[in-house]
Amino acid sequence: MIVSLVKRPEQSQSMVYVSPLIALVFTLIAGIIMFMIMGVDPSEALYAFFVEPLTSSYGWAELGVKATPLILIGVALSIGFRAGVWNIGAEGQLTLGAICGGGIALWLYDVDSFFVLPLMIIFGVLGGMFWAAIPAFLKTRFNANEILTSLMLTYVATLLLSLLVHGPWRDPDGFNFPESRIFSDSATLPVIWSGTSLHLGWVFALAAVAGIWVLMSRTIIGFQIKVVGQAPDAGRHAGFSVNKMVWFVLLLGGGMAGLAGLFEVSGPIGQLLPSISPGYGFTAIIVAFVGRLHPIGVLFAGLLIALSYLGGESAQITMNMPLAVTGVFQGMLLFFLLACDVLIGYRIQWGSSAAASATGSGAVSNEVPNG
Amino acid sequence: MIETAVNSRNTLLRLEDMTKAFPGVVANDKVSLSIKSGEIHALLGENGAGKSTLVKMIYGVLKPDAGQLYWTEQPATVGNPAAARRLGIAMVFQHFSLFDSMSVLENVALGMEKGIDHVQLEQKIVEISNRYGLPLDPSRHVYTLSVGERQRIEIIRCLLQDPKLLIMDEPTSVLTPQEVSKLFATLHRLADEGVSILYISHKLDEIKALCESATILRGGKVVDSVSVVNETPSSLAAKMMGEELQLSEKASHTEVGDVRLELNGLTHIARDPFDISLKNICLKVYSGEIVGIAGVAGNGQDELLKAINGEDLCSPADSVKLDGKACADQGPNQRRALGMASIPEERLGHGAVPGMSLLDNSLLTAFQRLEFLEHGFIRYDRCQAFCKSVIDNFNVKSNGMGAQAASLSGGNLQKFIVGREINQKPTVLVVSQPTWGVDAGAAQTIHDGLRDLAANGAAILVISQDLDELMSISDRVAAICAGVLSESFPMEAISIEQIGLMMAGVDPSSELKDQVSGRLLNQLAGQSEESPGNPP
Repeated sequence: MIVSLVKRPEQSQSMVYVSPLIALVFTLIAGIIMFMIMGVDPSEALYAFFVEPLTSSYGWAELGVKATPLILIGVALSIGFRAGVWNIGAEGQLTLGAICGGGIALWLYDVDSFFVLPLMIIFGVLGGMFWAAIPAFLKTRFNANEILTSLMLTYVATLLLSLLVHGPWRDPDGFNFPESRIFSDSATLPVIWSGTSLHLGWVFALAAVAGIWVLMSRTIIGFQIKVVGQAPDAGRHAGFSVNKMVWFVLLLGGGMAGLAGLFEVSGPIGQLLPSISPGYGFTAIIVAFVGRLHPIGVLFAGLLIALSYLGGESAQITMNMPLAVTGVFQGMLLFFLLACDVLIGYRIQWGSSAAASATGSGAVSNEVPNG
Repeated sequence: MIETAVNSRNTLLRLEDMTKAFPGVVANDKVSLSIKSGEIHALLGENGAGKSTLVKMIYGVLKPDAGQLYWTEQPATVGNPAAARRLGIAMVFQHFSLFDSMSVLENVALGMEKGIDHVQLEQKIVEISNRYGLPLDPSRHVYTLSVGERQRIEIIRCLLQDPKLLIMDEPTSVLTPQEVSKLFATLHRLADEGVSILYISHKLDEIKALCESATILRGGKVVDSVSVVNETPSSLAAKMMGEELQLSEKASHTEVGDVRLELNGLTHIARDPFDISLKNICLKVYSGEIVGIAGVAGNGQDELLKAINGEDLCSPADSVKLDGKACADQGPNQRRALGMASIPEERLGHGAVPGMSLLDNSLLTAFQRLEFLEHGFIRYDRCQAFCKSVIDNFNVKSNGMGAQAASLSGGNLQKFIVGREINQKPTVLVVSQPTWGVDAGAAQTIHDGLRDLAANGAAILVISQDLDELMSISDRVAAICAGVLSESFPMEAISIEQIGLMMAGVDPSSELKDQVSGRLLNQLAGQSEESPGNPP
């Protein structure tokens, strides 16, 4: 029995959506094997990982809290990836958003006004945009690879935050811990589900999904992004500017990441710490791809990955499993997804290739490869 | 006498019921043919008829699904190109595999299966190039050579293997008329020495001039095997296309109006060392007129198109004028607003986005002129009506507006792109290689569309390497060589040989009045190709 891959005449649209599900099944199978090797009962472990977090209203609220930054960033990154702009540094843009927005909170610590929070949001977005503007400038001016520049700037941003909370922004009453003051009430995001920690950011995340869906499917800007990403020369012929696209998608990604960072520090965390994100900016890359670079897909993928964070915590508490299990699950999901994506362009064929390809050519059309 | 000679020769290659299927199509369906020693055999067919698939199976690049190949009447299996070369089969591909930055000698040495002494190899190259009239200096670097000279490297590479069968895939598509006649002389000499040649083409006059017999493919099947002597170009065409081709007569419009497109000292300095700089190009195209620009590939055609359609900006602003308005400093969309449309040579990736639907591809260049936008939002209802009209008017065969551009055959996609631009009713249209790699039926649709557009008052500039195409549709013709555009001449006043001289950068205007003698012509062509060390 020979297994071979046969190129499809046209990309399979259904496989675009089936592939993440196949990947999920493979991830679960590999997870079961992993748990067996670790000497844990797989059914118990999978229950702790994927079901237990959703058995309480607290769990559902936490799911929204964790999914908020993933969706905000993932939906913006997916646009960039469609344009062929590889912004890998959302984590740094998130950090800058937290620094700039959080800085406003500390500066206006004594001001009790409705305008503090909107001002923080604006500065959070601007901070993220500023950090993304650096790779955008370097790419459009010097053709520097944005993967490298945006990634390296992430480390600069993390160190900048660390410097600030160890130094000038350290809480004067904080016993020398490297933490800022806890934000005042007017600088804290309102909770939208009383009794839980689900905050206003979730509404922003849903609005971002809807807004970007409209942008990509109905406007000429979204159309230009898709054209430039798939065929830059065709974009130039149509009169679309590649440089403008690079600026647009990087500033959008940076702004959304900055917003997500600000929501983290003014929501669940409530102050500036040396580390404010468990890698949301990087995980959002997985979210974007699992979500098929489509806003609605990103919404579901964000919830799925958020569940893996919660599951990791719950497995840690109830079964004493290491936190690294979370990362392993996320990594396996992306790994299997990329492998399954081969099926979009190819189909699997069992048996001898020559005989089957002759009979397998059901629909005869007027398309001929290679004249 | 020829007939008896042919009959007495041995059969070198015989194919029996060769079949090859690809997903969605049977490219070769029980194809049989036979070639005798020393015979020049044409494989004739439209694009998509299955010619390339068949020769790839002979050369071992593709594996047949069914069928048998006989070599000197012995059953043989050709598993890969190396096995084909061991049998004595050599092939010159349409696209050369040469390294630009290496010398001729080094390129030839790279293709040898075993290592060989360079001094010995150089002697052999010189010997073969002299014997077969393929002047070539082994020490020249490839990037300094013309396309015709590059093709000679590929041929010499094949001849070094002492082939019994030489396969040539559309070898003349990149050559000037003078280079074509030299190539034919070489091929005749090879055939006289007993080498068989399988010559793939869809150019009927070439086949008539060169080949003894022809196998005609249509839709993957053999429709006929004929002796070329008994056929006329039109009978061959009829067999190739399956229906009598209605010869499109040249439109008789001679009424020309105002200047619509004016190039006035257009100059563009190449940024990339492999691009061509445009030098002081001057041309006026009038309303109702089709002007052709001939030229061998890579002499600035791409750059000229981009400078005219706005993909490349130039200065001063009045070096490009549309209906009298200076616009050399404006981008494609501003020029579209002034009435410009353009069709680039490369269909997939330049003229259309391969992975997008025809609907999205019709939006691509038409959204501005046809007002498909409302406050930045796309009005897909208007776009659909437009896309449907393009598909209907230009007879584009596809699975509807949702079909991906990449899923269309070359001819149908080209009809779609040409239709998309023509249906926007531009006042100036620049088109590069409108029918490159397109079958005759589609070419006719495209040419008719261009003529209609001109008859309605548009100015059309056609950049093409296909001289037959230019002769049949243009009112005036100029040639581009190394980024310099020649003067233009009315089509009636110029011969194909004179266009050939212009393509080589020679000014034929002094000879235009008195007839150019064949001797002078050969002399000039010889000079322009620089063949040191090789007596003519």
